[in-house]
Amino acid sequence: MRTHNSGKSSLGALVMAPIHFLMGILDAPLRWLQRATGIGGMAAFFLMPNMLIFGIFVLLPFFINFAYSMTGGTALFLPDRTFVGAGQYARLFDCRSYLDPGSCAEDTFWTAVKNTAWFVVLQVTLMILVSLVTALILNRDLAARSFWRAVFFFPVLLSPVVVGLIWKWILQRQGLLNFGLYGLGFDPHVWLNDRNWAFAATIGVSIWAHMGFYTLILLAGLQAIPKDLYEAAEMDGTRPARAFWRITLPLLMPNLLVVVVLVLIRAVQIFDEVYVLTGGGPGTSTLYLTQYIYETGFAAQLRNPGLAAAASILMGAVLVVLTLLQLGLGRSEKKGGRK
Amino acid sequence: MTKTKTILAALAAGLLASTSALAGDVRIMWYSDGVEGEVLKDLVDRFMKENPGINVILDNVSYSVVREQLPVQLEAGDGPDIARVTNLKAQSQHWLDLRPLVADAAYWDENFGAQADWMRPDGSSQISGFMTQITLAGGFANKTLFEQAGVAIPGKDATWDDWAKAAKAVAENQQVPFAMALDRSGHRLTGPVLSYGANYIGADGKPAPLDQGTKDFLKKFIGWIEDGTMSKDVWVSAAGSTYRAAADDFINGQLVYYYSGSWQVPNFSTKIGSNFDWVATGSPCGPVNCTGMPGGAGLVAIKYTKNPTEVAKVMDYLAREDIVKEFSERTLFLPAHKGLLAKGLDFKTDDAQAKEALNAFVAATGSLSDLAQKLPGWFWSDTFYGAMVTRISQAAAGEMPVEEAFTRIDADIAAKVKDSGL
Repeated sequence: MRTHNSGKSSLGALVMAPIHFLMGILDAPLRWLQRATGIGGMAAFFLMPNMLIFGIFVLLPFFINFAYSMTGGTALFLPDRTFVGAGQYARLFDCRSYLDPGSCAEDTFWTAVKNTAWFVVLQVTLMILVSLVTALILNRDLAARSFWRAVFFFPVLLSPVVVGLIWKWILQRQGLLNFGLYGLGFDPHVWLNDRNWAFAATIGVSIWAHMGFYTLILLAGLQAIPKDLYEAAEMDGTRPARAFWRITLPLLMPNLLVVVVLVLIRAVQIFDEVYVLTGGGPGTSTLYLTQYIYETGFAAQLRNPGLAAAASILMGAVLVVLTLLQLGLGRSEKKGGRK
Repeated sequence: MTKTKTILAALAAGLLASTSALAGDVRIMWYSDGVEGEVLKDLVDRFMKENPGINVILDNVSYSVVREQLPVQLEAGDGPDIARVTNLKAQSQHWLDLRPLVADAAYWDENFGAQADWMRPDGSSQISGFMTQITLAGGFANKTLFEQAGVAIPGKDATWDDWAKAAKAVAENQQVPFAMALDRSGHRLTGPVLSYGANYIGADGKPAPLDQGTKDFLKKFIGWIEDGTMSKDVWVSAAGSTYRAAADDFINGQLVYYYSGSWQVPNFSTKIGSNFDWVATGSPCGPVNCTGMPGGAGLVAIKYTKNPTEVAKVMDYLAREDIVKEFSERTLFLPAHKGLLAKGLDFKTDDAQAKEALNAFVAATGSLSDLAQKLPGWFWSDTFYGAMVTRISQAAAGEMPVEEAFTRIDADIAAKVKDSGL
């Protein structure tokens, strides 16, 4: 027994040796640094690698993008572009009525804003409802519960392009859905040519593709709720609906809050699966903001990186507001919890 | 200190070497509509055997990469050494002048001079490359459907209205979903628009506002989409100026009359086979003429190449008469090579329909209008095409009345001209 233990410890010592050696080298300079800068300086030192990555890949592109949004012309390099100040923003906001995209100079931008706003309202509401209901069902003692959890999570693993293509094959004129309808004696319908159906399809497909992830978060929250609360409520004769409103929902709120914000941010950024499924059509009925930015900056015959950058800064501002909202709600939730 | 500097210099040199092209490497960005990628690979392999010091790397990409990603690479002063491109004029500032590099510039001028202006900056005598194929927009009819419906195929001078009427009669009789379809492309739309007497080019060489000829055909076109004569699927299937073709509907026998172009011939020959009979019909007539639109893809050298001498050698080889002949005969493409066209070609296909179709397209080159021949070399063509596709799609989808679409097309083009600073 002793031999076994000593073998284990000698293996551990062998594995740890290079780490101890490295620590030995670092120990003296780190102690010197702590003496020189104090505890606060050490925190900054250890945060620096992450901050550096964040700065290079998030902050720097943001500032470059902002600089682009103040320039005009079709040239790609910033030094080759002409400074136009807030000209691109003025062009985006040049409208007689913001509620009527047709009255705007950049009508396509406002159509994309309107479509995105509707998409966010409908998709976020439905996504949360569907994810919550699914999580509640999957939290029950179902037969083959693990299998069902895997089934709902599986679409999350698919690439958005694959998701778009699968649903295109289902919904197109000679697709699986029409084949089924025809077999049942119904008239086929060209779903993706119909403005309303195409819009509904983008919502449905995005829910199908991502609900598994949010269901998982909510399921984790449901499983963290102590069972004895329900048992006590049952002993008091509480109806299941009341237990849901008074126990489940309040205790699930932190998870629900995370889900709401994640779904909101993802909905504002919607692009990939919709681009493959409808290409923004029919007409511009499923043209969302990210596609507008992509097409203006990259796909148009004469690209306008300045206008695309200005639109993306505005979209970024919306995302910042949503994130601040999450932080604010998170804080008030914590305060509420303390009370 | 000296040692440290040496190490840093070596590291920098290593980094530079790893990010730049190796001497002797020539990278070609190539897209394919049919079998041309395979044919080019054969030709390039032979070239490398003859020239062991030059390594040609063939990047087969989709057409959308050439349209959307290559321009960004070029603007950044990057990209492949050679590329197959359709948007030749508007990007001509990025092409390498091969004149001082090719073995015999006179050979290039003589055989490819007719289209040289399509791919060089205005006023220049630059040799940028050559057309790998000359294309001509035109129609295809499903002959079997016409025969089964007992409707006569409209003749040589038939108008767009004649074709619409006949195709609709066939579609109704044969219960196929689409009577007519026209690719979602401004280039394709331009042939019929010109046949209605349109002119895109203003007195100053910049885009003119839409004229009556353009408006007349576009109104008719949208009317056909609304009444179901023209396939709605193709035109409302995307936002913006994204390209969409209706070739699959024709191949699947779901479409009576398809207006596309000569590049579809090898595609149809391979995929339709003996499923049904089809014919190329040239371009229907408008009130003014019966023109289609010429075009095609050009192989151009990129001026940011690190190996211009090797690039010129590859271009010289690919532009050689025997190589162009083999490429065209195996791909069923119409070549641009003047000498070769004079001698004639023996297309490598047993498909009599394909041969007949290619001959029909060669014959249709005789009915091209002057403006149609000028537009491929006009800087603003693609701007015009993009604006038309975007707004006509919106009108076709019922998002705006056709008159508003016309106003928006003019405004979009004016904004692009202003953005360009030209």
